[in-house]
Amino acid sequence: MSAFLELFLRFLPDLLSGAGMTLLLTAEGLTAGFVLGLLAALGRTYGGKLWRSVSIAYIELFRGTPLLMQVFMLYYGLPGLGITLSREWVAFLALGLNSGAYQAEYLRGSILAIGEGQMLAGRAIGLSRWATIFHIILPQAIRLAIPAWANEPVSLLKSTAVVFLIAVPELMAKAKAIAAKTYDPIGSYLAAALIYLVMVYLLDALMKWSESKAVIPGFESEAKRA
Amino acid sequence: MLSNFLSYIVQGTGVTIAVTLIALPFGLLIGLLLALLYNYGNRWVARSAGIYSLLMRGVPPIVLLFILYFILSGRLINLSPFWAGSLSLGLVSSAYQMEILRGALAAVGAGQMTAARAIGLTRLQAIRYVILPQAIRLAIPPWSNEASIVLKDSSLVYALGVPEILRRAQQLSATTGQPFLAFGAAALIYFCLVFLTNRALDYLAEKTKLPTQPV
Amino acid sequence: MASSLILQAKNLTKIYGENVIFRDISLDVRKGETIVIIGPSGTGKSTLLRCLNLLTRVNSGQIFLEGREITAPGTNEDQVREQIGMVFQNFLLFNHLTALENVMLGLTKVKKLPKEQARQKAMQELSRVGLADRAGHYPAQLSGGQQQRVAIARALAMDPKVMLFDEPTSALDPELIGEVLGVMAQLARDNMTMLVVTHEMGFAREVADRIVFMEKGSIVEQGAPDDLFERPQHARTREFLWKITELYGKKEKP
Repeated sequence: MSAFLELFLRFLPDLLSGAGMTLLLTAEGLTAGFVLGLLAALGRTYGGKLWRSVSIAYIELFRGTPLLMQVFMLYYGLPGLGITLSREWVAFLALGLNSGAYQAEYLRGSILAIGEGQMLAGRAIGLSRWATIFHIILPQAIRLAIPAWANEPVSLLKSTAVVFLIAVPELMAKAKAIAAKTYDPIGSYLAAALIYLVMVYLLDALMKWSESKAVIPGFESEAKRA
Repeated sequence: MLSNFLSYIVQGTGVTIAVTLIALPFGLLIGLLLALLYNYGNRWVARSAGIYSLLMRGVPPIVLLFILYFILSGRLINLSPFWAGSLSLGLVSSAYQMEILRGALAAVGAGQMTAARAIGLTRLQAIRYVILPQAIRLAIPPWSNEASIVLKDSSLVYALGVPEILRRAQQLSATTGQPFLAFGAAALIYFCLVFLTNRALDYLAEKTKLPTQPV
Repeated sequence: MASSLILQAKNLTKIYGENVIFRDISLDVRKGETIVIIGPSGTGKSTLLRCLNLLTRVNSGQIFLEGREITAPGTNEDQVREQIGMVFQNFLLFNHLTALENVMLGLTKVKKLPKEQARQKAMQELSRVGLADRAGHYPAQLSGGQQQRVAIARALAMDPKVMLFDEPTSALDPELIGEVLGVMAQLARDNMTMLVVTHEMGFAREVADRIVFMEKGSIVEQGAPDDLFERPQHARTREFLWKITELYGKKEKP
């Protein structure tokens, strides 16, 4: 125990810099994923033929294959087509694309739940189709999606760990380096696990807190979590 | 050349399926046990099961995989990377499966237990004949989601050197100099596996659904 | 009414935390007797029934089933419940089993009857409640009234010495109440020993041998239906009867 504590304290600055990278990747992936997810969700529900098919293919492909597979495709596969990206770019793109596919389905679920009635009501007062989508449907759909969506940041944070396999210097990569240095893999990965644990539950608490702040009357019944 | 290429990856597919077929039932067994302890055990047992779940679900699967791998292939126990990796993945999944099952057990409701006890069934009989058959039906949809997650997470044992699909694809890309093709083939296989798993479990859910319309 | 005692409760008290559910309740149930317990909601009637078949523990007092104390430590509760049938307000059929399988479960798993024998017995009980033609239906395919009749058959199949009914019709639509009360009235005519908590005053008056009026966790008075309805001794009983006839109307036939 004291050996573990010593290791933990000795490498804490190193681990924390890795944790910083982990949080950065999470934030980037979440943001990119939101934009992609919104586009794909709109495409799948309201898009024309091309936009719709591209959205469906994107969502199904990225949800139907492992994240690590996607990371390797971008990192090792794309250079075969003459496109070479830095490992940080690959991590950012893979996490954003992957998260986007999941976020698209959360959003699509709530867009469908809003229903045709709201579209009819919007069109009836003379709004165009897209004006109705942006001013009537999306504001409701996004609020409705919050409870399910609130799991995504934590889920993505946990997903970021796989990018150590292309040597992006995040928390897991730091733990691996420490393991090589100390010959104590279990202690090193436990130290990383401890920091992940703290980050995951802090983020979870933050999401629950903001969720309770975002509740508006009529939408609270959906506020259940998986 | 193409047929060699394919057969090489297909062998990896077998490993991926094997890892999944070990991890998933192993996780189910432990998850079910923990869910039962959580719902029907005494306070301390239930609390311990709850803490296990919180700890396991609060750490990325790949991190847990590494910790468990080094424990399971260490000095005390010495399993091959394949077995250590598969069992570790199963342990990771057990916490998520426990959550699914304990939710389903709770959703069956206390009334069913009361009714079962009222005709003289013991607690264990009530769980076995009344609660579980209903809980399992409720658990199938979220459980199929977990099944495809385990299938996808089986790619993580790549990091332990187990020759599953990704590892094969990487070797192929190195020997053939066709990385896009190699990883493209791997992606296609994963996509088909996930698709088939989902379809099979949808079918199972449909088959076990209780009728609601008068016959 | 000189027949033997089946169920006897002595000085039962039930407390949940700070709340006294009932205090010092004593009640004798004789063989073949139908007792209807009436009283305002939340006076501990349902809890009393649950305590009688040990689904809930009393804090003090004793319960005797055919002279044997079942509140004594070391009593096999499952064997006690096997002998005391219970019908719940919300039916509580096993949702994953057909009507027939619902009735069979206790026979095969508790009484350990062979399957074929259990099936015959279960069919017999379903016929008794008029649902032989619904044997293969799942609970979700049955009306509330039918579900409750299956629940009665499920309890009857165990050949209980006494049947407890916990507001068996209060979850039913008005037009479905009659079929359930009809089955219960028939049971009473067949000399089943019954303890019924209900708000159906018509049923109470026509079918009961004895009415027990409970309020605020104690028995206020009890007696034959005609005495209690026509000549209540206590002001609280009068008040309750007046209110309930206002609410439910006077003429309710089972």
